[in-house]
Amino acid sequence: MNDDIAIRVEGVYKDFALPHEKNLTLKSTFLQKIRGGNKTIEKQHALNNISFDVKKGEFFGIVGRNGSGKSTLLKILAQIYKPTKGTVAVNGRLVPFIELGVGFNPELTGRDNVYLSASLMGFSKKEIDGMYNDIVDFAELENFMDQKLKNYSSGMQVRLAFSIATRVDTDILLIDEVLAVGDADFQRKCFDYFKQLKKNKKTVVFVSHDMNAIKEYCDRAVLIEASEIKKIGETTKVSELYTKLFSTEQVASSKTNSDGGWGNMKASIVRINTFVDKSGINIRQTIKVATDITDIIVGFRVRDAAGKEVLGTNTKHESVETGTKVLGQQFEVSWTLPNILSDGTYIVDTALLESDQVTVVEWLDESGTFRVQKDRHLPYAVDLDYKVVIK
Amino acid sequence: MSSKIQQITARYRYSVILLRELVISDFKLRYQNSVLGYFWSLLRPFSLFVILYLVFVKILKAGGDIPHFGVYLLIGIVVWNYFSEVTNNSVLSIVGKGDLLRKVNFPRYIIVVAGSFSALINLFFNFIVIGVFMVIAKTQVSSAIILLPLLVVELFVFSLAIGFLLSALYVRYRDMVFIWEVLMQGAFFATPIMYAFSLVSGRSPVMAKIMISNPIAQLMQDMRYALVTPRSETIGSTFGSALGYIIPALIVLVTAVLAGLYFRSRAPYFAEEV
Repeated sequence: MNDDIAIRVEGVYKDFALPHEKNLTLKSTFLQKIRGGNKTIEKQHALNNISFDVKKGEFFGIVGRNGSGKSTLLKILAQIYKPTKGTVAVNGRLVPFIELGVGFNPELTGRDNVYLSASLMGFSKKEIDGMYNDIVDFAELENFMDQKLKNYSSGMQVRLAFSIATRVDTDILLIDEVLAVGDADFQRKCFDYFKQLKKNKKTVVFVSHDMNAIKEYCDRAVLIEASEIKKIGETTKVSELYTKLFSTEQVASSKTNSDGGWGNMKASIVRINTFVDKSGINIRQTIKVATDITDIIVGFRVRDAAGKEVLGTNTKHESVETGTKVLGQQFEVSWTLPNILSDGTYIVDTALLESDQVTVVEWLDESGTFRVQKDRHLPYAVDLDYKVVIK
Repeated sequence: MSSKIQQITARYRYSVILLRELVISDFKLRYQNSVLGYFWSLLRPFSLFVILYLVFVKILKAGGDIPHFGVYLLIGIVVWNYFSEVTNNSVLSIVGKGDLLRKVNFPRYIIVVAGSFSALINLFFNFIVIGVFMVIAKTQVSSAIILLPLLVVELFVFSLAIGFLLSALYVRYRDMVFIWEVLMQGAFFATPIMYAFSLVSGRSPVMAKIMISNPIAQLMQDMRYALVTPRSETIGSTFGSALGYIIPALIVLVTAVLAGLYFRSRAPYFAEEV
C-alpha cells in the first residue's frame, strides 16, 4: 500500500444471514437439522463489491440514504464487522466515533466514566491523569465529577462525552452522523471541532445522509445506494448526482388513507398529496363525505422531523367556507404556501372539524410528508431570503 | 514487518489498559451503595465460615475423623464459589456487553478475562480469611503449600477456559444459561465440597477415581492437603501414583485449547450476532 493512502477498501461484500425464525435455542437448531436444510435462511446483501481509497489528510464523506448500507460500511471500516469477502487495509491508528460516550455507565461517577470511556479509546491511566483537568474544564462540569452519571442531564452527559472524544489524537477518525445531533449550540461546537480536524490535516471519514454536511466539510465523497457505489469523486459531483437521484423522488408524497384516523367519521380523508415545486409547498387533501354536512372545517399542520409543530391553519382561520356537501360527495382542498422552511423533512397532519370548531370529524396524524431541499442547513424552523448589508 | 510488530504491541497495550479499567469499574460497581463497601469482600467468607462451622461441625458433627473440618469445608466452598462465579458471569458476559461490541473494535476476550479477574480479587480476599482461620485452628500446614500458586493457576485457567466456551456458545444458543445451571447443580454434588472425600473413596474406589479426575475436585483436595491436614486424600493417593495428575492436567489443557479456538473463531461475528 502506498504511503499516502490511509484506508484501502478492496472488493468488500457483506451479507447478513436473515433467518426467518432465528435459531436461538438448541431445540430449534436440531429440529431444523432434522427437517433437512437451511432453506429458511435468507441472505441480505448489505454491501456489494465496494472498493475505494481514502488518502492521508483527506476529509472523506460517505453519503447515502437510510438503509443504503453506509452504516454497515462504517462498521466494516472500524473492524467491528468482518467483511464476507474482500479486504480493508488501514494504515495508521484508527478510532471510530460511532456514538458519543461509548462505555458510559450511569451507576459510576463522572470521574470514573472519564477513565472508562477514555480507556476504550486507547488512553492509558497516566495519559488520562494528564488530560483529566482539561476534559472537565472543556465540559464545564467541575462541580459534578463526583456525582453519578445517572444524575446528569442529557446535555451534561453529551458535553462530557464530547469533551473526551475531542482529546483523541489519532491518525484516522471515523465519524458517524449521530455525532451531529443535539441542540444548535452543540452542533456548532461539533462543526468547530470538524474544522479544527481539517486544519490539522487529520484523515477523517464522515458518514451522513445529509448532503449539506458532506458538502461543507468533505474533499471527496462516495455515494452508496442499494448496497453499491453509485458515484465516487469530488464532493460537488457526488452532490449533483445525489440531488438528481433523490430530490425528485423525495419532494412528492402521496398517501392513501388506509388505516384511518379518529373522529366521528361523518367525512373521511381519502388521500393527501404533498409536493414541493417552484410555486412553493403544495398540500392537496381529498375528502369524502359519509353524510350530508355543511361547512366542514378542513385544516392541516406541519411538523418537523423532530415532531415540533412548525405551522398550520384551517379553512375557518382563512375564512373560506366549504359549503354543503352531500352523502358520497368527494372534494379537494388545495393549499399552497411559500417555501420558507429550512432544509429537512416535514410531516403533515390533517384534521376535519364540524362547523362548531370542536367536534372532530377525522383527525389523521402523519397523513403526508415532504422534503424541503435548500442549499444550506440552518438549525431553525424557517429559512428566508435574508437581506444583510454591512456599512 | 516492523509496522506489524508495532500493531501487535499497540493492540497488546490497548488490551492491558482496557482490562485494568474494566476490572476496576466492575469492582467499584459491585460494592456501590453498600454501607460497608469493600469490607464485604472479607465479611462474606467470614460469615460463611461461621455458618458452615455451626451447621456441619457443631450440629451435624459431619466431619468424622477429619481434623479442622470447618476450614476443610471453607476451602471447598471458596474454590467452588470462584468456579461458579467465573462461569456463571461468563455465560452472559458477551451478550451483556453487546452494545459496546457494536461500537468499538476491542479484543473480545477482554470481556471474559475481566470478569475472571474480578472474581480473582474475591478469591484473594477469601484466602485471607482462610489464612486467619488456619492460624486460629492451628491446622497442619504441609510443605506442599509452595504448590498453592500452581493450584490457583490451574483453577484460574480451567474456569476461564469454560468461561470462554460458554460465553461464545451463548451468543448463538440461548439455552446455554439453563443447561449450565443444571450442570452446575449436578456438579456441586459430584464434587467433594460439602462432604469428606473419604466418604466416597471408602465405598467405591472406581467412583473415587472418576470423581477426583475432575480438575476442580483434584485441586480442591490438594489445597486441603496443603493447608488443613495431610490426612486429606489427593489424586496421588487415590490412584496410588503421582501419574494420576496427568488426567486432570490433560482435561484442563484440552478444554483450554478447544475453548480458545472456538472463541477465536466466533469472536469476529459477535458484533452482528449478539
